[in-house]
Amino acid sequence: MSAPASGSLEALLASREVVVFCGSGGVGKTSVAAASAVTAAARLGAKVLVLTIDPARRLADALGLESVGNVERRVPLDAYSGLGVQPRGELYAAMLDTKRSWDELVLRHAPDEATAYRILDNRLYHNLTSRFVQSHDYIAMERLYELHASGVYDLIVVDTPPTRNAIDFLEAPARMSEFFGGRLLRWLTMPYRVSGGRGARMINVASRPFYNLADRVLGSQFLQDIAEFFLNFQSMYPGFVERANAVEALLHDRRTTFAVVTTLEGAPLREAETFCEELRARNFHLGALVLNKTLPDYLLSVDGDRAATTLEQESETLADDLSSLGGALTDATRTARVLRTLGDSFHDYEVVARREAELRAELARLPDVVVRVPNFDTDITDVAGLARVGECLFAHDAVAGAPSDTGPTDTLDPAL
Amino acid sequence: MGSAPDLLDRRLLFFTGKGGVGKSTVTAATALLAAERGQQVLLVEVDGKGNLTALFEHPPVGFEPRPIHPGISAMQMSTEASLREYLRVQARVPVVGRIGPLARAFDFVANAAPGVKEILTVGKVCWELREALQGRAPWDLIVVDAAATGHVVSQLDAPRAIQELVQVGPIRQQTDWMVELLADPALTALNVVTAPEEMPVNETIELVARAREELAVPLGAVIVNRVLPELFTHADEEAFDAMRAPDAVARLERGSGPGAVAVLDAAKLAVSLRRSRSAYLGRLRDEVDLDLLLVPYLFVRDHGLRVTHMVADALGQELG
Repeated sequence: MSAPASGSLEALLASREVVVFCGSGGVGKTSVAAASAVTAAARLGAKVLVLTIDPARRLADALGLESVGNVERRVPLDAYSGLGVQPRGELYAAMLDTKRSWDELVLRHAPDEATAYRILDNRLYHNLTSRFVQSHDYIAMERLYELHASGVYDLIVVDTPPTRNAIDFLEAPARMSEFFGGRLLRWLTMPYRVSGGRGARMINVASRPFYNLADRVLGSQFLQDIAEFFLNFQSMYPGFVERANAVEALLHDRRTTFAVVTTLEGAPLREAETFCEELRARNFHLGALVLNKTLPDYLLSVDGDRAATTLEQESETLADDLSSLGGALTDATRTARVLRTLGDSFHDYEVVARREAELRAELARLPDVVVRVPNFDTDITDVAGLARVGECLFAHDAVAGAPSDTGPTDTLDPAL
Repeated sequence: MGSAPDLLDRRLLFFTGKGGVGKSTVTAATALLAAERGQQVLLVEVDGKGNLTALFEHPPVGFEPRPIHPGISAMQMSTEASLREYLRVQARVPVVGRIGPLARAFDFVANAAPGVKEILTVGKVCWELREALQGRAPWDLIVVDAAATGHVVSQLDAPRAIQELVQVGPIRQQTDWMVELLADPALTALNVVTAPEEMPVNETIELVARAREELAVPLGAVIVNRVLPELFTHADEEAFDAMRAPDAVARLERGSGPGAVAVLDAAKLAVSLRRSRSAYLGRLRDEVDLDLLLVPYLFVRDHGLRVTHMVADALGQELG
């Protein structure tokens, strides 16, 4: 086993109020975030909230999140006792309801109720909130700000929405204020403001080419709808920008840290590395890197490789030896076939494990905390399952290091 | 219902899938398979990061289709370039030189307005198909690495959505022929790439239902990537279980060295991984009324053209 690293995830979580988990799709980010929250609640004695975006059905069930809505639910930690640990803290879980969060935001920032409902009823509103400028990202960060400001929780663990580009959500608050404060928006809506919103457009010289072009492509009625919507939306400007700035400040706060989750596969790992660089470049605190669903080290053992080759090459001799044990091993032909399959399969998985080890070795500029989580062969269906992953995350000896050549005894039995 | 064997007889194949399942690899492999069977293929990267051509060990390409492999040309979608081309070729607007400073303003509106980016994307693809059908472009098949499952419906439904939103105007007239091409089951199919894991399978089931309900684009096949091999028959597994008893392990260690335990553990892991995944495969079979094409998990070290070939071969076997 590798030497203990300078930091552990446990120490990191104990020293922060907000942990944002990020990574590309399919790497198990949501599970890792939830498992960290479960374990932090149990071991640190803290009041922990996990805010998830779009959990798998099983995971939602495991956290008791059967319905959407911005409601925080208490998650019982009884299952933890099975691991011989008396849970000391409290766990809460909430699932982000994007649509409702946006509606609440509009109601809060609109100058009056009539404007608020004009916005909420606009046919472009749904489109804007579901797709515009990474609105999921922004609303997740906004909701995080609100929960943090409430002061109810010691630690908030955030699962970020799946984005095409993981850095999108970092820029969401800035883009949101840029959007509302932008000269572009004023410029676009100018002809409509001059003429009082409705009726004939008075297009100034600067924007005429754009409108000529837009008319050709979109039709003028459509464009007018858009401009009217923006005009209404713009009335929320002051409150909105102030809020976006506050959200941005929270993400940069020293009480906040980021954890990047990845698998040891080429594409997700490249994306994770880029993301780590982006976090550093923007002065966010990169706290941890989680290498998820990794294969066990015993697949890299020289002894294992040698044994697998022997099983393939001397299957008949070995099968004869085993046949005297009787039972299911009586049929030496069958036993020999199984032995060859065993050897083959080991070599197959060894190739993948070796690829993982190479990718791991190539990782440069790691954060203080690097954690490996094994590929559990069973799905997480309850808090106990999350706790099992969480224990790996918190374990000091789960820290990534050079692949060891030790036997299977010191790796986690995935079927545990 | 679309049947898989005639998939390559169509002219326009869209591929979608949840992030991380290998959508781009399967898309590239389909292009390769078609090219190997003698077709001229246009491979379109819509939503990617410009690395689809890396699967052919070729540097990135731009909006203009470029040959990247025998029988395959590739292009990367750009909404701005698509708009420029649309204005020049179809709307005959002589503003090509002036669109630059306006691009940002346009980008801004296009982001907010429903379907504008999508129509420029799908519109370009449909345009290439129409050109091919009329003999002005060489493509026997257009293969599109489309948006991920969460966004593909709005992407492919854009022409219809625009029809509803824009009552008049030139775009309205342009959408009619697009809708017609996209809805023709002899020409077009939307295929879903997935993996035998919980979230990808759930998303696939949801997407297939939603596409049936909301999309005019016909569904093709579901491609299940990374299917793990079944190691043992039932009888063989009994023998394997017997080998894990202490006295059997002792004999194996005597015969093959101390690594025997690692080999047994690895096989146990392989069996369990296969088992938990085959449950999801079963769910797909039960709940999705489309042909499933299975691509095995590849136990290989490298990526690039060799892997694309292996996936293409697997697809070829499934398609017959």
